[in-house]
Amino acid sequence: MFRRCLPPLSLLLAALAGFAGGGAAAAEEKRPWDDIVAAAEGQAVYWNAWGGDEKVNAYIAWVGDQVKERYDVTLNHVRLADTADAVSRVLAERAAGKDRGGSIDLIWINGENFAAMKEQGLLYGPFTEVLPNFRLVDFKDKPTTLIDFAVPTDGYESPWGMAKLNFIYDSARVEQTPGSIPALLDWARAHPGRFTYPAPPDFLGSTFLKQVLVELAPGPDILQQPVASDAQFAEVTAPLWNYLDALHPHLWRDGKTFPASGPAQRQLLDDGEVDITLSFYPAEASSAIASNLLPETARTFVLDGGTIGNTHFVAIPFNANAPEAAMVVANFLLSPEAQAVKQSAEAWGDDTVLDLSKLSEGDRHLFSTLSRGVATLPPDELGPTLLEPHPSWMTAIEEEWRRRYAG
Amino acid sequence: MSVVDLSQGLGLALRQLEITLRQPRGPRRILGPVSLAVPPSEVVTVMGPSGCGKSTLLAAICGTLPPALAVSGRVLLDGEDITTRPPEARHVGILFQDDLLFPHLSVAGNLAFGLPAEVRGRRERRQRVEAALAEADMAGFAERDPATLSGGQRARVALLRTLLSEPRALLLDEPFAKLDVALRARFRAFVFDHARARGLPTLLVTHDPQDAVDAGGPCLQIDADGSLPGSSLSGDRPAGRDNRPGGLS
Amino acid sequence: MSGGPRLAGGDFLRFVPALTLVLFLAPVAAGLVGTWLPAFGYLPVLGGERFTLAPWIHLLAQPGLGESLRLTLLSGLLSTLVTFALVVLLLAACHGGRLLMALHSAMAPLIAVPHAAVALGLAFLIAPSGWLVRLVSPWATGWNLPPDVATVQDPNALALILGLVVKELPFLLLATLAALGQVRADERLAVARSLGYGPVTAWVKAVLPAVYPQIRLPVYAVLAYALSVVDMALILGPLTPPTLAVQVLRWFNDPDLSLRFTAAAGASLQLLVVAGGIALWRLGEIVAGRLGRGWIAGGARGGNARFLRAAAAGPVLLLVTLAVLGLVALALWSVTRRWRYPDALPSAFALETWARQAPEAGAVAGTTLAVGLIAAGIALVLALACLENEQRRGLTLGSRALWLLYTPLLVPQVAFLFGAQVLAIQTRIDATWLAVVWSHLLFVVPYVFLTLGDPYRALDARYARAALCLGARPARVFWQVKLPMLLQPVLLAAAVGFAVSVTQYLPTLFAGGGRFATLTTEAVGLATGGDRRVVAVYAFLQALLPLVAFVGALTLPHLLLRPRHPALDRAPA
Repeated sequence: MFRRCLPPLSLLLAALAGFAGGGAAAAEEKRPWDDIVAAAEGQAVYWNAWGGDEKVNAYIAWVGDQVKERYDVTLNHVRLADTADAVSRVLAERAAGKDRGGSIDLIWINGENFAAMKEQGLLYGPFTEVLPNFRLVDFKDKPTTLIDFAVPTDGYESPWGMAKLNFIYDSARVEQTPGSIPALLDWARAHPGRFTYPAPPDFLGSTFLKQVLVELAPGPDILQQPVASDAQFAEVTAPLWNYLDALHPHLWRDGKTFPASGPAQRQLLDDGEVDITLSFYPAEASSAIASNLLPETARTFVLDGGTIGNTHFVAIPFNANAPEAAMVVANFLLSPEAQAVKQSAEAWGDDTVLDLSKLSEGDRHLFSTLSRGVATLPPDELGPTLLEPHPSWMTAIEEEWRRRYAG
Repeated sequence: MSVVDLSQGLGLALRQLEITLRQPRGPRRILGPVSLAVPPSEVVTVMGPSGCGKSTLLAAICGTLPPALAVSGRVLLDGEDITTRPPEARHVGILFQDDLLFPHLSVAGNLAFGLPAEVRGRRERRQRVEAALAEADMAGFAERDPATLSGGQRARVALLRTLLSEPRALLLDEPFAKLDVALRARFRAFVFDHARARGLPTLLVTHDPQDAVDAGGPCLQIDADGSLPGSSLSGDRPAGRDNRPGGLS
Repeated sequence: MSGGPRLAGGDFLRFVPALTLVLFLAPVAAGLVGTWLPAFGYLPVLGGERFTLAPWIHLLAQPGLGESLRLTLLSGLLSTLVTFALVVLLLAACHGGRLLMALHSAMAPLIAVPHAAVALGLAFLIAPSGWLVRLVSPWATGWNLPPDVATVQDPNALALILGLVVKELPFLLLATLAALGQVRADERLAVARSLGYGPVTAWVKAVLPAVYPQIRLPVYAVLAYALSVVDMALILGPLTPPTLAVQVLRWFNDPDLSLRFTAAAGASLQLLVVAGGIALWRLGEIVAGRLGRGWIAGGARGGNARFLRAAAAGPVLLLVTLAVLGLVALALWSVTRRWRYPDALPSAFALETWARQAPEAGAVAGTTLAVGLIAAGIALVLALACLENEQRRGLTLGSRALWLLYTPLLVPQVAFLFGAQVLAIQTRIDATWLAVVWSHLLFVVPYVFLTLGDPYRALDARYARAALCLGARPARVFWQVKLPMLLQPVLLAAAVGFAVSVTQYLPTLFAGGGRFATLTTEAVGLATGGDRRVVAVYAFLQALLPLVAFVGALTLPHLLLRPRHPALDRAPA
């Protein structure tokens, strides 16, 4: 679960390096795939990816073994604490005039970071159209594979895995789980002090607020556009604040104080201080049970109308040293085999971006026999994925929340 | 009492030694001017009330005055002017009231500390230390911890340490004051015997008149404000009154 | 002419005090300026070209600022007041007694344990689902689920106050005990009691007025720390909104670069808060002095006050017990496999957390160790050089120099570290070992100096004089006479310096640019990570390192110095 905030030094470095906006846009990748594979042979890829979870690191290591064996591509996992580090480095390299032979070939990225890089012209591509496995992606039911936080990917990043808001609860203490946001309010009234959410700007807390807004807003399409004006903002978010005003008195600690983060609230669930917590990874509950961080009676539920989800991607910097090998890796990540291994509970438990109906019989079989954690919902029970609102909504909501409840 | 012809250049001599305290308003005289000569093998005693500056005088001679104090005049040792030399280069030994044996060194370590660097080789140095101990009737004490010695033994080791550094003059800052009466006489004799045997000019500061008697040399009186009654301006005779054994001024 | 021509070594020594001052005051001064400028809009790298009050306007418009200020002042002033009152009460009631000696020894290790570890232990101890409740639930309380009461991160910062008192009490107690020796407290007390005053009243009327000026600076340091603490506030203090220092840190870390200006304004506000807090305390001193003089002149004798002994020792014992229990809880968590709510002890033990964290934690511990040793070593060299120079030149440490020494301890870290970081970036030393060690030195040097100063000056000067007159050069006197005799204080000062370095949180973050992970940064960073076992491993290591240093400092001299002759321990008279 990686933090969203950018470390102060990286940004400061970037600012001091004096980055310029815009820049030469890279040309679209049009070479035949076989040429690309041939060029990739013997290349080394430096994949800058978050390294905070042992399971993820192990999976990436497996990927490295596979691409070495099949394509003679050497994969180096550069562990990051924060994606923004990589963004700043590419920025700094461009500012220093390094237009080829850059130190980063592939970045695990999404959301604001992607928007920043795309806007600054720091990405290689578009390239996804040449990846053979790209057509297997489920664009219909997983629209977030093409629209990343309301910003179109336009082929500059290749999807890799799915994240979705879900709720973890202790089945030993909770008999009936709420099926919608209003039902959650009723549940909180019936069980005072047993629910809460992390304080924004924590990612999970902000996502909860977005979920409430998406469910209660007059029309979800408005949220895909940037905030038009203060008046519009007040009007659209009015239901959200009414809801929170009604909810807070029934929250843990009377809504006067909030957990600092998702993991902190998960600890509260384990300690018995709350009965429900939030998560962004459907496999998190099972993983936590296996690590003795949650009781064995922990389970997940989602809301009937769907919950917010997003996709995580890999992108290639404009000055990558080995863009061909990077594309080979990106394509491999989209392969049914790699996606199935990733989804298995033993490896990582991260959901696939593929449309199973597009797969061959044999590949589909890979998925149906996957072990799933005891608390993980199967993909068909996860419900629809709601789109993330435009980033400007989130910033405004966080500020308003602070003004109302943290002042 | 003897008047020594300083043209021979032996012994310790002070010429118009004056110690002043540097102050913003102007210097304040602490002690002096004092002029005296201590011939080799002789003991000159300095007496005075507490706070009159006796210890300061000794500090001026051995060079360990705090920087706030200024010295004018000259200190001569065996004809050489040592007034501006650092203390480690003056070859003036000093004994205090407290033995000040270094607690982290053994007896032998303390004694060897004073041995000049010219004495080379562990065996040579060891031999000197052992010889000194044997001569003082303390053979076998070499590896002892100074804290395990009696007061009298420590005092003797302190003297030996000073003597081993081959001083050319000896200053005594009330070294007998902390010893009990019986021990005092014995130790006093011990010190004077050794000093005389090596021909060291010795300057003794004390409260105890009996020390002066035993020293058998001239006695200098210092007033409470650091002046010397009847101080003369010439440098050849010790200022102050003569002191015959048994008579005090 | 006094003395003689100095040797070359002595000449070099002359520059050390100036060098030391530059080394550790210049970054503070530069950092302050480097934070004031952006506070008024001037930070060219971020586009701030003109001076403007916009950052301040933005700062004052922030929601929750008032509440943050209230929390800061409340926690800072109240914790210092409580600490001071407890120290006075304890010393007055138990002066010289065995109870005091016992408490003194019990508290000494607490000083070594870093703030973050104490805070983490306390946080788990007093939480509604914490150890204290687990020990008595559900058999005594009937709580099958934890009660919904905010005991940690509560809206009045009471948990933070508790944590601050627990950590500052030993420090202030030891500082006061040291000062008592200088004011001849025993004699004053004897005189007052012979005049008919009860023991506690005698202490307060006769000793306290004399000892307070000696401990004024330590009290101010405690107050300044309490008003600007970050790591303890992150763990124990409220978060919505937090204390001012935490809020300023959040702004500094915000992805929105324009908030840097607001953060700089907030940091300057923090400086004003500390200055104001100290000024308020000073005012309190004056008022107390006025009232006190009247009370003293009144002649009330006071009673025997035997119960006060218990009343004083009780709370102090409670606090020490809480701290120790908290640390024990951390140790337990580090070897836990599973520990659910109302169990009094873990249901399953395992060493797997240690095994899994070993490589990572080991590397981090290595960094902490290296930085600490280097900083303590440099500080020791500087302090020894300054002290030796002081003695050779016959100078004495004036009170102005003492204030200078205390400066990094009085200025809130958040108020100058940002400016220092920008300076470091511009001189390209940021995120290097040099920057991190230097930033630690700012706080290590004062503590080492203060710890070493008194013992060094108290060493009988005649030893050095005797050695000089024996023909040893000043350098030899220093190495072969003074230093061996001062081995215990030197080692202790080194241990103190090391402990101070281990406990640093903000300097490592700022100067290290996020690239340096020490046990403290990791422990605080993981505190909300949802896996108490991992936090416990880091916190335990963090507490262990300084403790080992102290134990080493106290036992090493006995091993290094010559063992005594076994047959004789005391010389016959």
